[in-house]
Amino acid sequence: MKKQSVAKPIVSALVVALIFVLAWLAEKTNGSSSMLVTVLKKGAVYALIAVSMNLLNGFTGLFSLGQAGFMLVGAYTYAIFTIPLAKRVAVYQYYAGGCVGVELNFVVALILAGVVAALFAALIGFPVLRLKSDYLAIATLGFAEIIRAIVQWDSLGPVTNGSNLLKTYPTFNSIMPKDMSVLFPFIVAGVCIALILLLINSTYGRAFKAIRDDEIAAEAMGVNLFHHKQMAFVISSFFAGVGGALLAMYQGSLQANAFKSSMTYEILLIVVIGGMGSVSGSVIASFLFIACSEWWLRFLDNTTFIGDFQIPLLGSGFRMVVFSVVIMVVVLFFRRGLMGDRELWELRCAPRRANKGVKA
Amino acid sequence: MFDKILPYLLAGVSVGGQYALIAVGYTMVYGILRLINFAHGDIFTAAGFFMVYLVAAMPLAVSVPLVIILTVALGFTVERVAYKPLRSAPRMSIMISAIGASYLLQNLMWYVTGGLAKQYPVLPWLSDTVSLGAASTKVVTLVTPVLTVALVIGLVMLIKRTKIGMAMRAVSRDFETSQLMGIKINSVISMTFIIGSALAAVGSMLYFTNYSTVTPTVGAMPGLKAFVAAVFGGIGSIPGAVIGAFIIGICENLIKGAGYTAFSDAFTFALLIAILLFKPNGLFGEKLSEKV
Repeated sequence: MKKQSVAKPIVSALVVALIFVLAWLAEKTNGSSSMLVTVLKKGAVYALIAVSMNLLNGFTGLFSLGQAGFMLVGAYTYAIFTIPLAKRVAVYQYYAGGCVGVELNFVVALILAGVVAALFAALIGFPVLRLKSDYLAIATLGFAEIIRAIVQWDSLGPVTNGSNLLKTYPTFNSIMPKDMSVLFPFIVAGVCIALILLLINSTYGRAFKAIRDDEIAAEAMGVNLFHHKQMAFVISSFFAGVGGALLAMYQGSLQANAFKSSMTYEILLIVVIGGMGSVSGSVIASFLFIACSEWWLRFLDNTTFIGDFQIPLLGSGFRMVVFSVVIMVVVLFFRRGLMGDRELWELRCAPRRANKGVKA
Repeated sequence: MFDKILPYLLAGVSVGGQYALIAVGYTMVYGILRLINFAHGDIFTAAGFFMVYLVAAMPLAVSVPLVIILTVALGFTVERVAYKPLRSAPRMSIMISAIGASYLLQNLMWYVTGGLAKQYPVLPWLSDTVSLGAASTKVVTLVTPVLTVALVIGLVMLIKRTKIGMAMRAVSRDFETSQLMGIKINSVISMTFIIGSALAAVGSMLYFTNYSTVTPTVGAMPGLKAFVAAVFGGIGSIPGAVIGAFIIGICENLIKGAGYTAFSDAFTFALLIAILLFKPNGLFGEKLSEKV
């Protein structure tokens, strides 16, 4: 391995601090409800979710499409345990105030969200991780759908509020001081992504990559396949659960119906745009994806006139068409995405190290 | 007792037939390309929209064949644009491309329709109500299984007896060798998509006559279920896909009848996971070592 320089951690700490200050300044000058701040918040949430998916799909080579299901578990766990007791009667109006009589601190609930999602993953992983590639994809997709059905089941109404909205739980705005709400998703996502990075650079991370590159060779080298796959799956789901809880906080209200397979597809496309196997790529792609879909391409949705001439094609929904065409172009012609499997901080040193790029 | 079950049984057979027509498209594509064509469900939806718009503009006798032609063209285009350039890429890339294609089609349909649910045209005769003992149902419910079985028998004949069918079987057995033997695999693959899309178009006519509204994302669920049916029956096997589809359709409706509507979707996926774990080759599948 390379020699560790002293300057590196200091530089990274400074860069991270700078990002936080900039995000805070953005909110200070633009206000909490401005488009920029909205994009920053949602981008940070998606960054965490995309990185968690990348850990599984990009680093371990397990093509899982269950992310929306684990986010759903996390989001619901968070909401169920943080709705103020006094407001439960109003929220669970069809279920006599619900049956969960506990209210937790939001930090505890956030961690619990991850833990519950990880528990689900451990249960699910046991049977499905024996499957490979597309069968794994379909089985995990199926599990996400099953979870969604169960959450909406009427008999579980006292816990999950059935198919009705969950609301009045703490959100970014309600827990942070005024004009600081953007910092919360940044801090949580930042800490989680840092943990994932540490994991990826550990021996476990190298075992994951070995599994991705060649399962049989990895097994021959003494990597316990099932054990490591299970571990990647559970950890990825933990962070997806936390990400789901953050998404719930961002939205302010929660309904199981939003966590469809199309949500997983969106996150997968973010991962692909950023580059499978690049954490920084996923983060950049998340912000780009959210900024484009929420903000920069908005003008495509409005019918616009220049003088008397109406610009053709522009209209409601055109934004998403342009957007998906761009995604298809990336998928077809720039298969490595923005970053390939390299990280932002690796770009400067040596254009391509020889031991990289061997992988087909 | 039987009187109570009968309507659900009928609905199940009908839905099963519609799933079967979609499932055949999945199973054929998977048999040849080893690709889950995620866009297949959206092609099915697109067929529904073609019908909505064409019927408004021209008589039924013209629009029905035109719907099939347009759907076939769409399926063909998707294959050429999204899958052909990635023929030699890793499988994961092609699957991502399929998901991207599905995303694009959904957004495109959303844009064209304004995101509103469209009323599916009433097809004469098919939408008529008939009563069958205690149950009353639409003619389409009775027509679907018959039509499905007829189409599938035709397809099996095509694959067993004709030259293109032989080419398909060869390509699905061994991609490279069949290429060396002079089979033009690109035209064989295109043919697979054409047949699959045509059947999806027929399936969509039957399906939407039953459900009457079309929205841009309506095809996702039947698409996934049809895929499950294909896996259940043994992917690559056409009779397997059809039988799997009927079983899923019937079970799903019986579960609805028992009052667990929320679990009818979940059941399908639970079935998928069970079959993958205990009989990964499906009911009639060929032996493939790479699944598990």
